Amino acid sequence: MSGGTLAEKILSRRLGRPVAAGEFVVAPVDLVLAHEGTATLAIERFSTLGKHRPAAPVLLFLDHAAPAPRRELAEVHRRMRAFAAGAGAHLHEVGAGICHQIVAERWASPGQIIVGADSHTCTAGALGAFATGMGSTDVGVAMALGRTWFRVPETIRVDFVGDGEGGRHLPPGLTAKDLILHLIALLGDDGAAYKAIEFGGPAVEALDMEGRLTICNMAVEAGAKVGLCASDDVTRRFLEERGRGEHFVPLHPGPGAQYERHLEVDVAGLSPQVAFPPAVDRARPVEEAAGIPIDQVLIGTCTNGRISDLRLAARILEGRKVHPGVRLLVAPASREVYLQALREGLLEVFIAAGGTVLPPGCGPCVGVHLGVLGDGERCLSTQNRNFPGRMGNPRGEIYLASPATAAATAVKGAIADPREFLV
Amino acid sequence: MEKVIRGRVWRFGDGITTDHIIPGRYFHLRGDLPALAAHAMEDADPEFARGARPGDIVVAGRNFGQGSSREYAALVLVERGIRAVVAASFARIFFRNAINVGLLPVVCDTAGIEAGDELEIDLGANVVRDLTRGLVRGFAPLPRWMLRIIEDGGIVPHILAHGGLGLAFTSGEDDGRV
Ligand code: SF4
Repeated sequence: MSGGTLAEKILSRRLGRPVAAGEFVVAPVDLVLAHEGTATLAIERFSTLGKHRPAAPVLLFLDHAAPAPRRELAEVHRRMRAFAAGAGAHLHEVGAGICHQIVAERWASPGQIIVGADSHTCTAGALGAFATGMGSTDVGVAMALGRTWFRVPETIRVDFVGDGEGGRHLPPGLTAKDLILHLIALLGDDGAAYKAIEFGGPAVEALDMEGRLTICNMAVEAGAKVGLCASDDVTRRFLEERGRGEHFVPLHPGPGAQYERHLEVDVAGLSPQVAFPPAVDRARPVEEAAGIPIDQVLIGTCTNGRISDLRLAARILEGRKVHPGVRLLVAPASREVYLQALREGLLEVFIAAGGTVLPPGCGPCVGVHLGVLGDGERCLSTQNRNFPGRMGNPRGEIYLASPATAAATAVKGAIADPREFLV
Repeated sequence: MEKVIRGRVWRFGDGITTDHIIPGRYFHLRGDLPALAAHAMEDADPEFARGARPGDIVVAGRNFGQGSSREYAALVLVERGIRAVVAASFARIFFRNAINVGLLPVVCDTAGIEAGDELEIDLGANVVRDLTRGLVRGFAPLPRWMLRIIEDGGIVPHILAHGGLGLAFTSGEDDGRV
């Protein structure tokens, strides 16, 4: 089991026998998650299978529509609370934050198999977990059986090489978000369909866990089943800082790993990226987007609502005002992030600049509440999807970018190059 | 499942997302499938939800069902009476969801198939025939166990009928008992 890609290694470890790409396996799952958009159907399937106690730890989240914006969703919340209390699932209440952020902060560990009824479950791949999104029925079955079937994926290896000594640095104004937007444009929105993407190279090795989470979060936007980073010292420190150091396991691909494709992406001269509507794979350099007027800016979501994202945005917004034509919305990804931003005075920066701080959660990302677009309006968001209708109105348009580009855009009232503000 | 499925075509292009199939703005209707399905495909073809008849077939280009994990995307199509989706390729989660709810996904070249055509999916010969245009397209058959899940009406009835997940696999390595 010393050879193998990260995906093969994790599955082999957990199954106790070597497996290789292409095989169908039935594997145990270590964590199962669902939120108010997917949980009730998963619970229904679980009950239809005649089960009362889940066969694997179940995490439930009230994050997509929290606090409940309407009666139907308040009822969903009520049913989820009742199920959690009765079946022994872990419920994360309104205000706790976004499922993927909380999974990273408190639950995910290297080597685990995690399935979630949410496509961005792949975020936890940053910690070296084989984490993948599925539908409610698959998740209900995993709750009932404690196992699910997988096809062991082929792997695309991506090495990011930056600036400076050993290619470890990102040029000024460039963030993990720009790297992944650029990569998705290179691969296409189905360029990694059914595959694993293994992220590495000096620029990823040098990234902190927050940047790695941003990158793995968007693996699914290229169609991937999982996005994985090696479990290394950065992983160990992240777990130790949260009192979970005992869950650290080092994990690296074996020297003989067979990749379906190997990409080296040189980001030394890369400009910040902006993905144009209506598809995530339409990223272009910010220079080509600069000047497009924007009505709403969202900083947050499971892609970019972490403390380093808020720090970066606040650096640009400090002492400045949001353009009068723009609504700036800031949604911390979790209560932990919210509290830290409060302590550091970041929330004050956003509010003083004229922004609105939303409760921890998905905010307007999925178009349910808290910032639905009007007809013909344009939003620049740090989220991961810009499909038509994503923010609640098919007549609105969404541009995707980093928190730095978002903050610069909020100040200018039109898409702006963050490098002007970061010298 | 019968060996030959015949139906009328609803035609869609490349990159149909789950937000096209069932937009996030109807999040609150997820507990009421008939009400939700009244908005099926609303942002891709507003005629679909009213016009689809039981037995119709959805035909699309590449990466059908990309985006969110919402199983409701597969469920609203089933609720509208759709038996099968024929596409040049599928997004992974939609593909799994389709099988899990008993909706047949068929991967083949769909160029030239038009809206309103009479389509025949022949699971014995592994070909799709456009009877209106005389086109014949081959496809790689699904693994036998996946077809069995679809035949059983989805993975939950499959598990209940066969006593586990493992029976779906020829290797039978997993006891998978419920
Ligand atoms: S923040 Fe957006 S993408 Fe992330 S889980 Fe919430 S709705 Fe989904």
